[in-house]
Amino acid sequence: MNDSERLVIAGFGGQGVMLMGQILAQAATNENLETVWIPSYGPESRGGTANCFVTISKTEINAPVVTQSDTLIAMNQPSLEKFESKVKTGGRVLVNASLVKDHTFREDIEVFNIPVNDIALELGNLKVANMIMLGAYIGASKVFKPEALETVFKQKFTGNKAKLLDLNKQALLRGMKEVS
Amino acid sequence: MDTTTVYKPGKGLTDRKLSYCPGCTHGIIHKLVGEVLEEKNLIDNAIGVASVGCSVMSYEFFNCDMHQAAHGRAPAVATGAKRVREDKTVFTYQGDGDLASIGLAEIVHAAHRGENITVIFVNNAIYGMTGGQMAPTTLIGQKTTTSPFGREKAQAGEPLRISELLATVPGATYLERVSVHDPKHVKKAKKAIEKAFEVQEKKQGFSLIEFISTCPVQWGIQPYEATRWAVDNMIPYFPLGVFKDARGGETDE
Amino acid sequence: MAKVLMKGNEAMALAAIKGGCDAFFGYPITPQNELPEYLSKHMKENGRVFVQAESEVAAINMVYGAGGSGARVLTSSSSPGIALKQEGISYLAGSEVPCVIINVMRGGPGLGGIQPAQSDYMQITRGGGNGDYHTLAFAPENLQETVDIIKESFTLADEYRNPVMIAADGLLGQMMEPVDLERSSNVKEAPLKPWAATGESGKRGHRNKIVSLFLDPNDLEDHNLKLQKKYNRMIDEQQRFEMIHTEDAEIVFVAYGSMARIARSAIETLREKGIKVGMIRPISIWPFPEKAFENLPKSVHTLLTLEMSLGQMIEDVKIVNQGRYKLDFFGRTGGVVPEPEEIVEKVLAMKEGAN
Ligand SMILES: Cc1ncc(C[n+]2csc(CCOP(=O)(O)OP(=O)(O)O)c2C)c(N)n1
Ligand code: SF4
Repeated sequence: MNDSERLVIAGFGGQGVMLMGQILAQAATNENLETVWIPSYGPESRGGTANCFVTISKTEINAPVVTQSDTLIAMNQPSLEKFESKVKTGGRVLVNASLVKDHTFREDIEVFNIPVNDIALELGNLKVANMIMLGAYIGASKVFKPEALETVFKQKFTGNKAKLLDLNKQALLRGMKEVS
Repeated sequence: MDTTTVYKPGKGLTDRKLSYCPGCTHGIIHKLVGEVLEEKNLIDNAIGVASVGCSVMSYEFFNCDMHQAAHGRAPAVATGAKRVREDKTVFTYQGDGDLASIGLAEIVHAAHRGENITVIFVNNAIYGMTGGQMAPTTLIGQKTTTSPFGREKAQAGEPLRISELLATVPGATYLERVSVHDPKHVKKAKKAIEKAFEVQEKKQGFSLIEFISTCPVQWGIQPYEATRWAVDNMIPYFPLGVFKDARGGETDE
Repeated sequence: MAKVLMKGNEAMALAAIKGGCDAFFGYPITPQNELPEYLSKHMKENGRVFVQAESEVAAINMVYGAGGSGARVLTSSSSPGIALKQEGISYLAGSEVPCVIINVMRGGPGLGGIQPAQSDYMQITRGGGNGDYHTLAFAPENLQETVDIIKESFTLADEYRNPVMIAADGLLGQMMEPVDLERSSNVKEAPLKPWAATGESGKRGHRNKIVSLFLDPNDLEDHNLKLQKKYNRMIDEQQRFEMIHTEDAEIVFVAYGSMARIARSAIETLREKGIKVGMIRPISIWPFPEKAFENLPKSVHTLLTLEMSLGQMIEDVKIVNQGRYKLDFFGRTGGVVPEPEEIVEKVLAMKEGAN
């Protein structure tokens, strides 16, 4: 990772994009890095599109809203359209290729097409599409080691959610493989 | 191919797409109010007052002049409008947080003065707009984001029954509680709205129709389960029927 | 203690518990809902009071009752809800009842919107209620500072027997950041409150009254003069601010809260371009930190006020400036959060204009 990494994560409400951002922010907190997570909020995010901004940094974070991102994770077509122009030159875009077909991308960014919905169905649960995408993200960016996210999973999936731990880990590793 | 029109949207509502969540009965209630206003030829001469709640955007949906009132104050705004435009049909559209909590004083006093207005009151036992907090109508044991252990009588009291409460106010003329959970009840609900606007047309005073409504999103259940939940849990506590009819001499059927 | 990642509204709620808050009264409104929601779970656990009131008007009067009976009390809301609380705040100030009020600001006027704004500066620092009164008001810029100030606020409210306002905004309420809730802050145990109407007149030997009514104008004037003395003490003791890169600055920003944080990024960019900018960051917005403007270096020629409103704090800047420096303004309103680049462009345009 450079000194800082700024991400936009966007998709439909219900795809777990807020959780993806929170997991990264929690991993950063665990490693004593500076981090800020900002959600879109309000009725428009109910059932419609949802997005969050995450900044992870070795130094103090000033402006908290991400206006120029190093990475865009687009879980659907509208998110890609809304945020592609805000990616820095040389930045990276990870796209849910199960939902985004035929898109002409900017030439100055690195694009990763990952059919996370299809892979999730292969793994038996559409809900883990977001974790596959997180795996692909850390695989491509090397911002965190998978163990760092597994630690967060253990913090998050407790009680009767603990049974989801293995599936999420599996999804994470599967996502990493997609970009290796 | 010959086509027969079996359904077309009426003139009572604008063609703006409704902002309600899938399965929310706010939509049905809008449609009924719109139909009645159109069928009774009132829509061109009506003034509506939108409140603050999920129906805040209703000023975009009812196809007539509209005000948007501060949270809870719609009956006061409607009073102002009606007093200076006596020949117009004036109605408010309010949720249970808006009407039964912050706006309780305004609704009681509008009824008390016998304001010749019609109130459409949507009771979904929760605050929808702000994310599912407890309302005065939330049932005992019902979990909300501010009653995380379920509503407890000792802390929050028992749910307020607005139609019954307003029935004790001398100035109120017509009060009925209806539901829209199946076609039979939808028809009945429409009749009730017609009656309420007739009361106003005949200058007989204050009318309010309370709707048992659903909020699948904040109740955290599927729409079909939500209708069931309303029938199984809300109607037993909030029974349907006419709570006051002081139209003087006239009978229904 | 290790930092924990928390949502702003929840961190504020927990900070209040750590600050010794005994009771909370509030009414739902976006974007502060997670604050009462958190307390609805955790006040009870701690044997404290949580009540969802029927309105903001009721909530602030519950605060009046509980605070006047000696408890440490909190209420929170967002802009239109704070507007409704103004009458009660005037009573609290007039009767010298301590309490803490958090305003997670959103855009206005009227119902406005729900996105972050700083459009309540006047409402907070001038007070929308009637009479000669002031409330202490702090405007933190990040979650750690927010948490520290809220913890301390209960102590300050007790010390001055006065309401304390926290000017947060939707950004601070909704964001998550790692915070250290145990970081030391000036938190003292609640003092004895011999003035409070605690229902112990028998034991006390005399009655206590929480009143703001003085029918004789001379009595009311005396009371107001006494309050004024206290406000002057606050002006002496509570001006808080941070000076950022002002030592050699030509243009000095004046910005608070989220706007100051955004401005920090602009300062970085502009300094990389060799443009000497700095910032006065008011942390207390009432009292306004006049002291910060006293010893600015000779290099300063312009004060650029930055706000997420169309210019409210700039009136205070004008008052302290007394015509010394050129004044300029940049603001976005309605819930639009400005990008640092917009501030950079504003400064570049100012330089252009000056040449
Ligand atoms: C003075 C004021 N306080 C609080 C709010 C926030 N608020 C918006 S809608 C709402 C409650 C809505 O609930 P309800 O009336 O039951 O309608 P629903 O959304 O369930 O249809 C509240 C508290 C506000 N807009 N203004
Ligand atoms: S939140 Fe509830 S009341 Fe509001 S639109 Fe959605 S389902 Fe309807």
